[in-house]
Order: sequence, then C-alpha cells, then structure tokens
Amino acid sequence: MHERTYDVAVIGGGAAGMAAAVEVRRQGLSCAIVERENQLGGILMQCIHNGFGVQEFKKELSGPEFAEEFMDMVADAGTDVFLSTTVDSIEESEQGKELYCYSRKNGVVKLNAQAVILAMGCRERNRGNIRTPGTRPAGVFTAGLAQRLVNVEGYIPGKNVVIVGSGDIGLIMARRMTWVGAKVHGVVEIQPYPAGLTRNIVQCLNDFEIPLYLSHVVSRIEGKNRVEKVTVSPLVNGIPDEDKSFEIPCDTLLLSVGLVPENELSENAGVEISPITSGAVVDSTMMTSVPGIFSCGNVLHVHDLADYAAEEARRTGAYAVAWLQNKKPTRQLRIKAGANVRYVSPGMINPELPDKLYLRTLIVKNNAQLVMKLNNNIVKERKLSHVQPSEMVSVKLTKKDVEHWKAESDSILEVSVQ
Amino acid sequence: MQSNAHAAGERTKVDIAIIGAGVSGACIARQLSAYETEVALLEKEADVSFGVSKANSGIVHGGFHHGPKYLKTRLEIRGNLMYDRLQRELDFPFSRCGILVVALNDEEMKYIDHLYTQGLENGAIGIEMCSRERMFELEPKLESDCVGGLHAPGGGVIEPYRFVFSVVESAVKNGVQLLREFEVVKAEHSGEKHIVHAADGRVVEARYVVNAAGLFADKVSGIFGAEEFQITPRKGEYYLLDRKTKACPNRVLFPVPTKVSKGMLVIPTVEGTVLIGPTAEEIEDKTDLSTNADKLGQILDQARKMVPSVSQTDVIAAFSGLRPALLPEGDFYIDISEEAPNFIQVAGIQSPGLTAAPAIGEYVKDLLKKAGCRLTEKADYDPFVTKLPRIRDYSPFEADELLAKDAAYGNLICRCEKISEAEIVAAIRAGHTTLDGIKYFTRAQMGRCQGGFCSYKIIKLIMRETGMNYDQITKNGRDSVVLTGRL
Repeated sequence: MHERTYDVAVIGGGAAGMAAAVEVRRQGLSCAIVERENQLGGILMQCIHNGFGVQEFKKELSGPEFAEEFMDMVADAGTDVFLSTTVDSIEESEQGKELYCYSRKNGVVKLNAQAVILAMGCRERNRGNIRTPGTRPAGVFTAGLAQRLVNVEGYIPGKNVVIVGSGDIGLIMARRMTWVGAKVHGVVEIQPYPAGLTRNIVQCLNDFEIPLYLSHVVSRIEGKNRVEKVTVSPLVNGIPDEDKSFEIPCDTLLLSVGLVPENELSENAGVEISPITSGAVVDSTMMTSVPGIFSCGNVLHVHDLADYAAEEARRTGAYAVAWLQNKKPTRQLRIKAGANVRYVSPGMINPELPDKLYLRTLIVKNNAQLVMKLNNNIVKERKLSHVQPSEMVSVKLTKKDVEHWKAESDSILEVSVQ
Repeated sequence: MQSNAHAAGERTKVDIAIIGAGVSGACIARQLSAYETEVALLEKEADVSFGVSKANSGIVHGGFHHGPKYLKTRLEIRGNLMYDRLQRELDFPFSRCGILVVALNDEEMKYIDHLYTQGLENGAIGIEMCSRERMFELEPKLESDCVGGLHAPGGGVIEPYRFVFSVVESAVKNGVQLLREFEVVKAEHSGEKHIVHAADGRVVEARYVVNAAGLFADKVSGIFGAEEFQITPRKGEYYLLDRKTKACPNRVLFPVPTKVSKGMLVIPTVEGTVLIGPTAEEIEDKTDLSTNADKLGQILDQARKMVPSVSQTDVIAAFSGLRPALLPEGDFYIDISEEAPNFIQVAGIQSPGLTAAPAIGEYVKDLLKKAGCRLTEKADYDPFVTKLPRIRDYSPFEADELLAKDAAYGNLICRCEKISEAEIVAAIRAGHTTLDGIKYFTRAQMGRCQGGFCSYKIIKLIMRETGMNYDQITKNGRDSVVLTGRL
C-alpha cells in the first residue's frame, strides 16, 4: 500500500476543494487534493454557461474557465493532486487522520493528514426522492446528468422534453436542450414562485418562449419502454387537481428538484450531520463535530453560486491552518435560526473574530428585515430588498458590529427575517 | 444479447425447451443441466429475470403461511432447505435473518396461534410463539402496541434477480442454451417434436416443452393447445429506503396476513437497504408496472404500524411487481399437460415461488421422467460458478492485494453502492448489456443517487466492452433507448 503524509488533505477537487487547498498552501502547509474524477473542477466542468466568477475574479466566466483559474492556482501553489482517486474511509490515528483511497493507477493509497477538509459537493435529488408515480421507462434523467451527457460526453438524451423544477440547473438545461435541437414543452415548478435566479428565468425560458407552470407538479409518468407522456396537475391547497390536469406528450423528463450534500463519507467518519441542511454541524471555524475535520462548499450546505462556495472554502482552509497552529477560539456563541429562517451556517460565531454567515429564509418577501438578537436584545438589523427560500442571504459581521455585544458564554445569537 | 439481429429461420434443436427465464425456468434449467440432455431456455425479454422475478419481496419464506394441503407449501418447505447449499455453489447474497409475524392485538394473536400450528403441521423448522417481551428482544424497533408474534428463524432474504442470474449462469456453464428476446408466438407438434417459433423468426425444436412463462403461462398454454386457464396479474407496489434509514429491522417483519396476501412487510434487504410493501391489487394489464400516488401513504401507514420510525424522507425508489395468480385457489399448477403432448405446466407461481423455485426444479425434473424423458446424470456437471470479488466486501488492506491483481477494482464507478469498473465489466462480459441488467447484476445505480452519477460511465463501459453504438444502449431492451442523438 502506497502511503503519503500531508498537513492537510482536501477531499474533492471542485470549486470549494481547490479554494481551500490553495489557501492552505498559501500559508505554507503541505496539502493534497483527492478527486474521484480524472480532472479537477467537479461539476463546474459541465457548466459551460457563464455567470461564474463575478465575486471571485470580478469578471464573468463559464464554469470551466472559473475552474481553470483555480486549477492554475492549485498548480502554482504546488499542491499534490490525486486524480481518479476515491476516498473510501477516514480513520482516526495517533498522528491525526488516515484516508484510505482507491484508484486504478496507484491501487490503495493511504494518506496521513493532521487535518481533513471535506469538499465533496452534493448530489441531485431524483425521482424516488420526490416519489413521482407512474411507469419506470427510459428517458427520466436528473438535469445534472443530462447536462453532463450533453456538455461533456456529447450525447443528446431526448427530443421532446419536460423539465420538473425551476432551479438553475433545470432552467439552464431548458435552454441547452433547445439549443441542441430538442423541443422543451415546459418547466413545471411545485412552488408558486420560480426557484432559480431571475436572470435565468429571462435568459433560459422567456427568450425561448418556454412555458413555466408555477404551482404545478408532474403527477404521473407514462410509457412502456421510453417516456411517452407526463400528466401535469395544478396544485390546489397543496393537492394535485385531477380535473384540471393535462397531458404533455414527450420522450424525456429532466428533474431539477434540489441538491443534497453528499455526506456518507463524513457520517462514516463520525461527523454529526444537521437534519436541516444535510451538511455537517460546524463551529465558527467550520470544524465539524470531529476535531480536525472541516467542511465547506456544497457538502456543508448547498450554495447558490460557486463563488460563494469558493469564498467559504478559502476561509475554511485558513481555519484548518489556524487549528493546526493551535489557534483555537476561546469563546463561541451558538447561532439559532429564528423566525422565517431555515438555517444559518455556520451554527456558531466567535465574538472575537466575527465572520460571514450564510442563511436561507422560509419565506418570499419584498422589503424584508434581517434581525439579529443576542439574549433577546436586537444587536443588528439590515434591510433585505427581496428574500426567497432559493436565494441564499449572506451577512458579513465585522468587529465593529460585535464590540458592543454583551455576550456570556451561554448567549445565543438568534437570526430572523421579518 | 449484444445484437438484436437474430437470423430469422435460425434453428436450435434440443431435447427440452423451457419457456421463461424467471426463477422457476432458471431453476428447472439448472436442475436439468446436471443430466445428459440438451436444454434451451427461452426468454422474451432482453435479460433473464426481467418479469415477475425482478420485482418481489425477495423472501425465503418460513413455511407457515399456507396449509399442508397445498403443493406450494410442500415445495416451499423443501425449497427453503435447499438455499444454503445453493448459496455455497452459486455465490449470491443470502441471509437467513429470520422472520417475525407481528400481532398488534389479541385478535391477531389468535391468528398467530393458527399460523404456528400450521407451520408445525407443515414441518417448518424452529418456529416459535413469542411473547411481547420475546418480540422486543428479537426486534427493539417494533411498535410498542405489539402483543406478541411468531418467529421463524429459517426464513431469510435474497436479491431475487441476482439469484436468477447466478442460477442461469450455472445452467449455461453446464450446457444450457439461453435464447434471449425469444418471444414464443406460435408452436406446432409433428413427428414427436414441438416446433416453437419466436416473433423474430427463430425456431426451436424440442421433444419436451416446459411452460414457465409466468404472467403469460396462460397464453403460452394456449399457443401449444394445452389447458385453458387464466393468470391474473396482482400488482404489488414497493418503496425502497436508503440504507441510512433508522427503520432497518433485524428480521423480516410480517403483519398478520389478510385473505388475499401476506400483507405489507418491512424487509431488511440482504444488501442493507430496506424495502416496504407490497400492496395487493388485482389488475387486468399484464404489463402495467406503474406506481400510484395513493399507495405510498398506505404502504407507509402499514409499515409504521410495525416500525414507527419508517420515514418518507428515506425513500429512494418506488417500483411495482406483478404476481401471476391462478385463481381462485391460488396454488401452483405444476403438472404434465393432459391436452398437449410432452408439455409440462409450471403456472401460478406466485408467493412463495421464489422460496419454492429450487424444489420446483427437482419436481419438474421428476415430472419429465414420468412423461418419459430419459435423464442420466452428467459425469462432468459442475455445480459451482466462479466467485466474483466485490470490492465492497474488502477492507482496504485486502483490497490492496485485489487491486494489485486487477487494477480495475480500484476504479469505483458507483459511489453509493461501491461498485468498481471490474465488477461492471464482469457483468457486461456475462452478457448483461442493458442498464437494468447491469444494475441487477452488480447493484450499480441501485443506491441513493439512482444512477445520477454513474449511469453515463456505465454506458461508456458497455460501448467499450461490446462495440455497441450509443443508440443501441437501452434501459432494459426493446425500445427503451437511453440516448437519442450525438452532438
């Protein structure tokens, strides 16, 4: 068995993994990235549309261009990269952690590391998860799989397409399938509002006159061998209305119905998982319940933009280095998701070193107000021009924000939206 | 079955033709492969086990559900006992985890009494009446209302399709000819021979024919001019739960049975996932494998009556299967035809058909002898199939050695179920070249992502190994094409 030793091992070579590794190397510690695919970049490599990099690089890039910027940094920083290599398990050892990795080229490789950064990303929810009834023919794909087939593998998955879910991948695939010659008959969204970014609604649906059915579901899939048609039903009080249902003949159904952080490896390593985010429970330094294991990017919670995932990962890289240098927070306050807030990540804050928080709301509202309370006293307020569950809200806290806080060690910071 | 282009008029001459490569046909074929006789196994689908045997509860039953007067009970008891040896020979996942029947009130407990007595009469080994305390000792996840139940330690679980694949592999290894996509449409009898025609023009000549056509046994019987009967498809819907679920019991949990079925179960599958279901609904269309929205609630409710921690969020897939019921009695119909010459009926093989199948193989062999078929034992019969390593069974240290021999075990294709390139290639080389065939052989695409990450990799491996073009790749044969164009 091959064996290598590093200060930090990063699992996953997408936007988050690369950004975290670059930061670790920038601070002079040794670092390896383990990536299961045969190249770095992760899902970015199939996202050939633009809209990446506005935050990180102040320019608009496609997914692969965005990834290449980071690949160059990874190479320049002298980071070791294990490609086509899957981490099978993370074990505790006297020296730190042991990662057992499988690859065709190197067989089983054991990586020893003082700290581990989890950056494995997420997976798509599928038909079973949303329990769409009907037959089980060929022609039902998750949108991301269809995107991979078209943009990387060069295959067209169907000719007459219905898309379930108006998340960004679904919207982008509506346009992409149209461009490759397929007819997209509609996008069906269960919520009364679109899940994707407004710019994608305009550029991917409106520009191509693709109908968007809000408050509708695909209530049945039919077809013996390949999909032949789907039944679309409007929701009345949350229940499909059979009388107003209609059929759309099609041969393909693409599902863009949400993403789930992929934490099976983390769970097997003993990391505590939040039932709300399906990501790890982390402290103010992005460290999980297992000392020395950190988590960032879409494996922690699903981000709207790769830029946000990279930004969060860079901070995580720095926190991992600080932890290895024994710089640990003396005091951390628990953060509670208050009214109309689904979650806040991370779940703790260090009042000496305030940082960025990401949150998702439970409501759709214009002119909303973000309210932070410490021991029931309002300590910060901010206007939010528009909130909806599919749009992540970021809050940057500065030293100035927190200097007047009268925080005890058991104080709780409650974050709510009104 | 890499190519669909079978030569029309292609003629295969054998002693015995078996129609249907489900679990019954497969076990009959393997049984006969131990004798000096030419056997052809005819399957209308693209792969074996794609009918009734694909979607059922996967239970090796405990021998107490039906009374001793039924043929199916005798074959169930015998079949159950044959599984340990079969597992050693055929290397399929099998766990004798045991079965519990859960009584939730005193009325149900009376029925447990009946099941227990029935099981004793049948000769079921080791069955035990359980108090409430004993039930919770055996299964801590049970609903607190449980008042007692029945324990059948001899019951167990298998993956039914995987079992059929292994049985067929063994049969083929011992000389059985497997003809896939062979849909019998016409037959005539002349000069001591059946001449069996497939839809695509191929012909099989056989002295004896065994009708193990599952849902279509009535139709096949008609084609051969044999007995008239009707197979009624009875649909059962299932939900598959992620292996992460907290609701996985130690043993198969049955409710107290109803008149039409054994009720909805909570099944810890042999591969670590959990199956809940099935419903029981008589339908008309023998190809209707759809699932229905109203059934999910029913299944969850029923499952939660036994295991309250069953959760809707753990669902990763829904599917349905059809039981080939021969009403009204519901017993197996396995006999020499009185109408058609040299024709054996194997019909109505619903539950406990999977358990009984190995015994059905023996029973049909004896019927063939009775019908005049000469069977002498083969000197070089080899009951063992080659064991294929599964990377998920290896520790990293053991895997290190395996990877040194074959590096393709190091390329993990299916992350959810941990299936390597080497295992998928083995499936393809064994003739499983559809996405579903590979799924049932290896488990790749069967986990929580349901193929979202790995199916395109599997498609590329099929193309690499077989030389098939992208537009020949199907989900499960026929027109179930996956890709419609190339950029």
